[in-house]
Amino acid sequence: MSSINQLLLEAKSVTKYFGTITALENVNLKIHAGECLGVVGDNGAGKTTLMKVLSGLYKPSSGSLYFDGKKEILESPKDSQELGLEMVYQDLALAGNLPIGENIFLGREPTKNLGFIKLLDFKKIKELTDAHLGKLKINVKSADQKVEELSGGQRQAVAIARSTAFNAKVVIMDEPTAALAIKEVGKVLDLINSLKKTGVGVIVISHRMDDIFAVCDRVMALFQGTNFAESELSKTSRDEVIGWIMGKK
Amino acid sequence: MDNKDQKKDSLYLKLIPYFDRYGILLLLLIMIVVMHFLQPDVFLSWRNVTNVFKQISWQSMLALGVFMVIVTAGIDLSVGSIMMLSLMILAIVAKAGAPWFVVAMTPLIAGLICGLINGLGITILRMPHPFIMTLGTLYIFRGTGNLISGGTPISGFTDEVRYLGHGRIDLTWLGLEKSQYLPVSLVLIAIVYIIFWVFMNHTRTGKWIYAIGGNPSAARASGVNVNKILVIVYSLCGFLSGIGALILAGRTDSGYPNAGLQSELDAIAACIIGGASFFGGRGTVLGVFAGVMIMGILRNGLNLMDVSSFWQQVLIGSIIVLAVYIDVLRRDLGTRK
Repeated sequence: MSSINQLLLEAKSVTKYFGTITALENVNLKIHAGECLGVVGDNGAGKTTLMKVLSGLYKPSSGSLYFDGKKEILESPKDSQELGLEMVYQDLALAGNLPIGENIFLGREPTKNLGFIKLLDFKKIKELTDAHLGKLKINVKSADQKVEELSGGQRQAVAIARSTAFNAKVVIMDEPTAALAIKEVGKVLDLINSLKKTGVGVIVISHRMDDIFAVCDRVMALFQGTNFAESELSKTSRDEVIGWIMGKK
Repeated sequence: MDNKDQKKDSLYLKLIPYFDRYGILLLLLIMIVVMHFLQPDVFLSWRNVTNVFKQISWQSMLALGVFMVIVTAGIDLSVGSIMMLSLMILAIVAKAGAPWFVVAMTPLIAGLICGLINGLGITILRMPHPFIMTLGTLYIFRGTGNLISGGTPISGFTDEVRYLGHGRIDLTWLGLEKSQYLPVSLVLIAIVYIIFWVFMNHTRTGKWIYAIGGNPSAARASGVNVNKILVIVYSLCGFLSGIGALILAGRTDSGYPNAGLQSELDAIAACIIGGASFFGGRGTVLGVFAGVMIMGILRNGLNLMDVSSFWQQVLIGSIIVLAVYIDVLRRDLGTRK
């Protein structure tokens, strides 16, 4: 499936040093439209560093990033956002006191002009929110509900909706189910599947094999800052992937 | 989630927003009714009602400024001192014989600059908490006010300068008596509160102020320039304190060293009674107005009944504790953790 789809983002031989420590060494990564890539690895394997390089938070010491086949140098996360890459953070960057819609559009609220004053267009926020939540099949009572009234899974769904509200092409999720009750994990995984159907490329960092095997098309393992193994999901097994995480092939 | 859960949930969810929004107005209404029965001839008389508004006029400006700061989960302890310094500068400029519009502008500019200093101190000097910066400026601004005035009152302003605090809008053309006028300060309160209601609820900046109070890292991750918004908030707070100084100048016809002493605490109290949460992100402009009114009516009513001002202190303190306890309960009910 991934072979026929468009290549959205490619990292070529990315290396990152912190002083004398080598966090990443010649790491390659590819993500295609409508594909989900699972990134696994033990703590300190370089997963987070790699994601921070992709999002522009860290500059790679060497190696390069290609968005839509074009080489790009990222100065800040803003640059990667403009290229269509969004991060969903583990600590859910949402303001609990604001309604769902206002969280999704926080910082990019639609406005209408009243004379020379720009006022928030609440009607448009609600319409766009309802449409977007509907597209992702996220069920909430109302877009006006405050985020703090939601369950952990619903909050995660809102965070994911937020990341994709502005035509994101690639979404990186850091442990998207780590903070959730078991019954809510399924809903978030369903959401990742519906994201894939809209053509978004999803990168999931997770420790949970259940998650990886539920949504991913491909899985790659990092070990001590290098590409250790990679496979189509259908051609591997849980035990094999767990072995990769521990550095065994 | 099973059905029973959902039912309980929807009842909470339906009631809480209304209680959040209008509970404080209910309290205000109850107070008015009680006071009316205790003092049927006086309390709701034209004279007394306008009196209450005149008394709360400058406090309501300070409270509104502090409210915005509290929404960002900050605090401004310096508003009373900003008002005093602005008032002193006004008095000195007036004594120097400047034209009235210059005199009237000075406290607004002085207040704005004081607020700007607070905002820049908190963001650029990276003070660990706004409490510390504004505690410092509480002393600095009042000290400066005393230094420039020699610590003595300066009295005597023109009618134009006194208009906002002392002016009357004649209503005899409506067939009312001459004593039934509308204080200009009441109209000013209404205008300022409406402007800031629109600002806080219907502009992006206002929304970001709430977002910063709710989760500053979320605001930052959403591209909101948190430091810039904080500087704006503290500057506006100072500006409102400057308006307070202009009103006070009108009411008292004098710049005096004790102006606004401890009024920062009144302002904070009004916000808290009005439902603003110290944790930030919560509270409404309407609530602050109700908080200011409750404190004003309490003082006025107790004065009418000749209750000692010591009792007023006890009562206002009790209401603060009660209001915050309600806030605690509300958080328990409204938030899923």
